[in-house]
Amino acid sequence: MNIIDIKNLTFSYEKDIILEDINLHIKKKEFLAIIGPNGGGKSTLLKLMLGIEKTTAGTIKIFGERPSKNLTSIGYVPQNTNVNTNFPIKVIEVVMMGHVGQKRPMIGYKKEEITCAMNSLKQVSMEKYAHKKIGSLSGGQRQRVMIARSLCSHPQILLLDEPTSNIDATGQKEVYKLLKELNKSITIVVVSHDLSIILEYATNVLHINKKATFHDISKKRKFFTKQEHFCEVELLQMIGNKHA
Amino acid sequence: MLDALSYEFIQNAIIAGILVSIASGIIGSLIVVNRMVFLAGGIAHTSYGGIGLAVYFGIPIFLGASLFSVAAALLIAFVTLNQRERTDTFIGLIWAVGMAIGILFVDITPGYNVDLMSYLFGSILAVSREDLWFMYTLVFSIIIFVTFWYRDILAVSYDSEYALLRGVPVRFFYTLILVFSALTVVIAIKIVGLILVIALLTIPIYIAEKLSNSLYSMMFFSAIISTIFTLFGLYISYSYDITSGAAIILVSAIFLVIFLSILKIIDNLK
Repeated sequence: MNIIDIKNLTFSYEKDIILEDINLHIKKKEFLAIIGPNGGGKSTLLKLMLGIEKTTAGTIKIFGERPSKNLTSIGYVPQNTNVNTNFPIKVIEVVMMGHVGQKRPMIGYKKEEITCAMNSLKQVSMEKYAHKKIGSLSGGQRQRVMIARSLCSHPQILLLDEPTSNIDATGQKEVYKLLKELNKSITIVVVSHDLSIILEYATNVLHINKKATFHDISKKRKFFTKQEHFCEVELLQMIGNKHA
Repeated sequence: MLDALSYEFIQNAIIAGILVSIASGIIGSLIVVNRMVFLAGGIAHTSYGGIGLAVYFGIPIFLGASLFSVAAALLIAFVTLNQRERTDTFIGLIWAVGMAIGILFVDITPGYNVDLMSYLFGSILAVSREDLWFMYTLVFSIIIFVTFWYRDILAVSYDSEYALLRGVPVRFFYTLILVFSALTVVIAIKIVGLILVIALLTIPIYIAEKLSNSLYSMMFFSAIISTIFTLFGLYISYSYDITSGAAIILVSAIFLVIFLSILKIIDNLK
């Protein structure tokens, strides 16, 4: 069953066409990586799925409805570079933002909210940092906190916009290992430039450069992961070298 | 100084100093974390247009400055929310135009002889009972605003895109923060004047930020630190017959240098 259905989607900004005639169907528990050159429309597609941007033509349905109707079932993790590291805020407060917009007390936090936030932090192995300032964490740790925040609303789909940009190699691996674990129950859609990592974890790849090309790489995974250097070349050939 | 406490104008000055410190501590924290310092500077200088109009039409200065500043805040909110790439140009424009309107109306006011310096550099010793009621109302409104909507304000300030996704009315809160900034600027003008108001909205907050690990503790520490600076500056101003605004800001700046030096020494010892 498809949980995200995109049909004949076109998006223009003023007179520029950013995305043209995109068709995409994402199934439950799929791990889709969206790749493509800068300015190709990857993040825009994510924002359209989130309902932040409105389509110029075509439709996006999430569980058969408009994205804005299903906000609680979608978790979102922004780019690492968008996080303000100087902000005076504790890790647990960031995670509890996942509850903002839901029914809650006028002052303070409900016990269940705190428990839920701690459980989300446990899921990403960050519970011991709950009362630390977010700015004191490494880039990889911060992204795990952002993933915990998105898990707070118990989403069925997790959308991530270049979650490992400006994070060291170890941090990147940690984030993707966590995503693979979460993928056992949650559909993952990730915009990324990290080709070698994508090949290790994604089931499908969508290459976007105004238009979209879909590739099922699940059957080739063994081949890719065994020959790490070759796999990137292979993928680039598969997508017509557009990403190089 | 103790004898001076029996004078009503000194009592008013102390109460005004505390009220403005609370308001600037809370709203200044929001201005700093939302990176709106330039916007607040624009509103502060634009408010001079309201002062000029109030003087010309003979309406209370606080009312004129408040209406004009709130209008400027709404305009800035509209522009920053709809045309972000033009924000700095626009703020520069209303900054200058506001000042120009103020100067023009002060110039054409017949027989005008109000001390302009008191609006530019503060005149805490001239706070009236009516001014105090305005300050009480504003501080009470600000405390209600941040107490009951703390989580929304935190979400909007930390990650507005995410807050929007969670259904928080981001534009409404952003606009409200700017409106409260405008009103805080107006009452702070009475204490330090419009030229120096931005220092009161940033120096105590900068120190508090280093001592805080949450937004509410930052607001609390900012209000406390701001109160200490304001009252100490007021004491200096009264004792040595110096303009209150300049005394408060210089006290704040000296404390900031001491604070940063202590931080540096602690860092080196680690």
